[in-house]
Amino acid sequence: MRRWQRAREGGLRGLFFLCALVSIAVTMGIILVLFGESLPFFRHVPFTSFLFERSWAPRTGQEYGILPLVCGTFLIAVLALAVAIPIGLATAIYMSEYAAPVVRQVAKPVFEILAGVPTVVYGYFALTFITPYLLRPLLPSIEVFNALSAAIVVGIMIIPTISSLCDDALRAVPRSLREAGYAVSATKLEVCTRIVLPGAMSGVVAAVLLALARAVGETMVVAIAAGSTPKITANPLVSVQTMAAYIVQVCKGDAPAGTIEYQSIYAVGLTLFAITLAVNVVAQKVMARFREVYE
Amino acid sequence: MITLAGPSLVRPMGFRPRLARRRLVGRVFAILCLVAGLVAVLVLGALLWHICRQGAELLSVHFLTSYESTLEPLTSGIKAPLWGTIWLMALTTILTVPVGVAAAVYLEEYASQNRLTRFIHLNIANLAGVPSVVYGLLGLTVFVRWCAFGRSVLAGAAALALLVLPVVIIASREGLVAVPKSLREAAYAVGATRWQAIRHHVLPAALPGILTGVILALSRAIGEAAPLIVVGAVAYIRAVPSGLRAPFSAMPIKIFNWSELAAPEFVRLAGAAILVLLGVLLSMNAVAVGIRAWQQRHKTW
Amino acid sequence: MVAAGRRPEATQALRLAALVAARGPAAPASTAAEPVIRAERLTIRYGEFAAVREVSLDIAPAQVTAIIGPSGCGKSTLLRAMNRMNDFIERMSVSGKLLYRGGDVYGPAWDPVELRRRIGMVFQRPNPFPKSIYKNVAWGPMINGYRGHLPELVEQALRKAALWEEVKDKLNESALALSGGQQQRLCIARAIAMQPDVLLMDEPCSSLDPIATRHIEDLIDQLKAQYTVVLVTHNMQQAARVSDRTAFLYLGELVEVGETSRMFTTPDNPRTQDYITGRFG
Repeated sequence: MRRWQRAREGGLRGLFFLCALVSIAVTMGIILVLFGESLPFFRHVPFTSFLFERSWAPRTGQEYGILPLVCGTFLIAVLALAVAIPIGLATAIYMSEYAAPVVRQVAKPVFEILAGVPTVVYGYFALTFITPYLLRPLLPSIEVFNALSAAIVVGIMIIPTISSLCDDALRAVPRSLREAGYAVSATKLEVCTRIVLPGAMSGVVAAVLLALARAVGETMVVAIAAGSTPKITANPLVSVQTMAAYIVQVCKGDAPAGTIEYQSIYAVGLTLFAITLAVNVVAQKVMARFREVYE
Repeated sequence: MITLAGPSLVRPMGFRPRLARRRLVGRVFAILCLVAGLVAVLVLGALLWHICRQGAELLSVHFLTSYESTLEPLTSGIKAPLWGTIWLMALTTILTVPVGVAAAVYLEEYASQNRLTRFIHLNIANLAGVPSVVYGLLGLTVFVRWCAFGRSVLAGAAALALLVLPVVIIASREGLVAVPKSLREAAYAVGATRWQAIRHHVLPAALPGILTGVILALSRAIGEAAPLIVVGAVAYIRAVPSGLRAPFSAMPIKIFNWSELAAPEFVRLAGAAILVLLGVLLSMNAVAVGIRAWQQRHKTW
Repeated sequence: MVAAGRRPEATQALRLAALVAARGPAAPASTAAEPVIRAERLTIRYGEFAAVREVSLDIAPAQVTAIIGPSGCGKSTLLRAMNRMNDFIERMSVSGKLLYRGGDVYGPAWDPVELRRRIGMVFQRPNPFPKSIYKNVAWGPMINGYRGHLPELVEQALRKAALWEEVKDKLNESALALSGGQQQRLCIARAIAMQPDVLLMDEPCSSLDPIATRHIEDLIDQLKAQYTVVLVTHNMQQAARVSDRTAFLYLGELVEVGETSRMFTTPDNPRTQDYITGRFG
C-alpha cells in the first residue's frame, strides 16, 4: 500500500471510531447535564425533603417533594401494564402456539401500525374518545383529565412491545421440551401453560420490564389526557401528573432560566432518567440470562 | 388368520384422564387468546375511525397551505407546522445518518471484540431506552444554551438527531451484519484495502437495510413532541422556518396544542392534522416495505 | 487358501452373529398373537417428499422390535407416526393404515392425547423438564388424574428405570443437574410412570457414552417383560444385542423384517446382507 493510502485508511478508521464514540459522548452529556443543572436546585432544596415531602409545587409554594410525581408516574405505568400484559401475552401465546401462519401474516402489520402511531395521537385518542365515550358512560364521576384513560392508552401503546418480545421468548423454548410434554399425554393447553410458559418466564419478565420502562418514560399521552395536578393517590379517576409531563408543562410555559421552577425540571429529569435506567439495566440482565439458557 | 378386535382394553390402572374436560378448557383458552388479539385490532380500528370522523372533512389543499387563523379557527391550515416538520426531518437526517452509519461501520467492520466495544454496545442499548424528554433536556442545555443556537429549528433537529441515533446505529449494524462474509473476503482476495472493500462492496450491499433503518428512525422522529417542546418549539407561529436559527413549530406540537384546547373545532382540526401526519408515516412505511421487497427480489447473494 | 486379512464385511458379519449367539435362546417370536401395532401400506409424506413408502409391519407384544437402516431412511418418521408425534410437522400427510390394537391411529378410534398415554416415547436427546426429578416423573400422571399414591408411583418408575438408588436422596433437585445417561434414564422413568402399553424409543443412546449406553441396553432388556418396545437405532450391534425382531428400512421402504438372530446371520434380502456387513450406510 502506498503511504497516502495507508494514511487515508488510518484516517477513515479514526473518523469512524470517533463517530462510535459519539454515543458515549451522548450518555456522558446526559449525565453531565442532568447532574450539573440540578445542582442549583439541590442547593436550595434538601435532598430528604425532595425525596420524602408529600407535596410538589415549585412554582407557588415551598413544596418540593417528588413523591406525587413519582406516584402519578407509577399509577399510570402499573395500570398500563395491567392492560398490556394480559393482552400482549395472550396474543403472543396465540401467535406462537395456535395461530395458522396466515393469521400471523395479518396480525404482524396490525401490531406494527399500533407501534408506529405517534404518542400525541394516542393522547388525542385518550382525551377525545376514551374518556367521553368509553369511560364516562361507565363511571360518571370520572374527571375530564384522569389517570385511567391515559393508562389504558399507554397500555395499548406498549402491547406490541410485550407481544413481540414474549413471542420471541416462547419461540426460544426448544421443540424437544414441547415434545416431551406431548409424549406424557398432555394437551396443547397444558404443554403451553405448564411447560413452555414457565420455560420462557425470564424472557417474559424482561419484556415486562422493558415495557415498564417505556410506560414510565411516556410523556405526551399523559400530558394530554391525565391532567397537571400532582398528587399522591391510588384513584385512577382523578387527574394526576407524571414526571415527564411536568417537565413538558414547565417548558411550555415561561419560567425564566434562573428560577427554582426552571431548575426543578432537571431534578425531575434526573429522577426519571435514574428510574428508567435502573429498570432497563435489570431488564437487560434478565434477558441476558434467558439467552444464556437457550443459546 | 388373525382377527382384530376393537381397541383392546389394556387399561392402565388408576388414571382418570378427563380428556373431554381438558380439551374444553383448552378450547376456551384459545378463544380467549384470540379475543385478546382482536381487542388490539378493534382499538386500532376505533382509533382510525374516530380520527377520520373528526378530521376528514377538513382535509384539503387549503388545509396544507394556509397558516393558522385565530379569528376563524376552522379555516386554519398547518402550513407552518408542516414546513417545520419538513425542515426538522431534513436536518435530522443530515445530522444523524452520517454519524450513525459511520458508527455502525466502525462497530461492525473495524472494531475488535474488546471491552470498549462491548461497552459501546451496552451504551447504545441503554440510550435507546432513555425517555425522549431527557433528550429534550439535553438539547435545551447543550444546543439552545451552551451552543447558543437558541430556540431554533437547528436545536430541535439536533435533539431529535441524538434521540434517533441509537436506532440508526442498530439498524445499520443489522444491515451490515446481513452482508455475508464471503463478499468481503472476495474483495480482500483481489487486493482491496479495508475501506475499499467497505465502500465498493459492503456498503452497497447493506444499503437497503440501512435505508430501512433510516426510515424507521425518521418515523420515530417525526412523531416526537416532547423533546421539541422542551427545546422550545412554539405552538403558534405564522411563518415557515426562515433559516437554521429561526423559531419553529412542528406537526406533533400543533396536534398537542389543539388537543389541549377544549372547543370542538380544535378537536376536529387536531384530527385533520393527525390524518396528515399518519398519511406521511404511512408513505414512509410503504417506502420501507418496498425497499425490503426489492431487496428480497434482487438479492445478489 | 483364504488370505490372512479377512474382508471387513466378513468381520462385521461374524461380530454380529457372535452377539446374537451370545444372547442365548431367543424369546419365541410370538407373531401368532395379535400384533399390538400394525402398519398396512403406510405412506407418510412431508409435502412432496415421501419419507415412508408403503410400509407394512407388525409389532408383536412383549418383545423388542428394532428398526434399523441408514440415516434419513424414515425410521424416526415411522416411529413417530405410531404415537402421532408427527402431527406437529407442517404439511405432513398420511395414507395407508396404522392400527393400534385394531383401531385406526389416524381415525376416530383414537384421540391423540389418549393414544400418547398408551404409547410412550423416549427421544434421541434426553429432554427432561426443567423441574425437579420428582416432578419430572410425577407430572404426567398428575395431569392425567392418577388416582393412586403418587410418590409410590414415582419410586416404582425410577426403580424400573434403574435410577432410584442414584437419585432417591435428591428427588427435589433439578433434573438438569444429572448426567446425560441419568437424564435419559429419567426420561425412561417418566415414560414408564404413565404405565404405557408400548414404549417407543428413538435412538435413545445416540447422545450417550458407551457406559451409559450399556446401562440403557440392559434396561431395555428388562423392560420387555412388561412393555412392548419399538427401538429405532442406527447401531446394528445394539439391535443385535437387544431386540427380538428387526425390521430393516431403506429409503422409506421396508426391505426385510424377521427374527433378529436370523436377520443378522442369514437374511433373505441381499440388500439387508449388504447393510449388515457394512457395504453401505
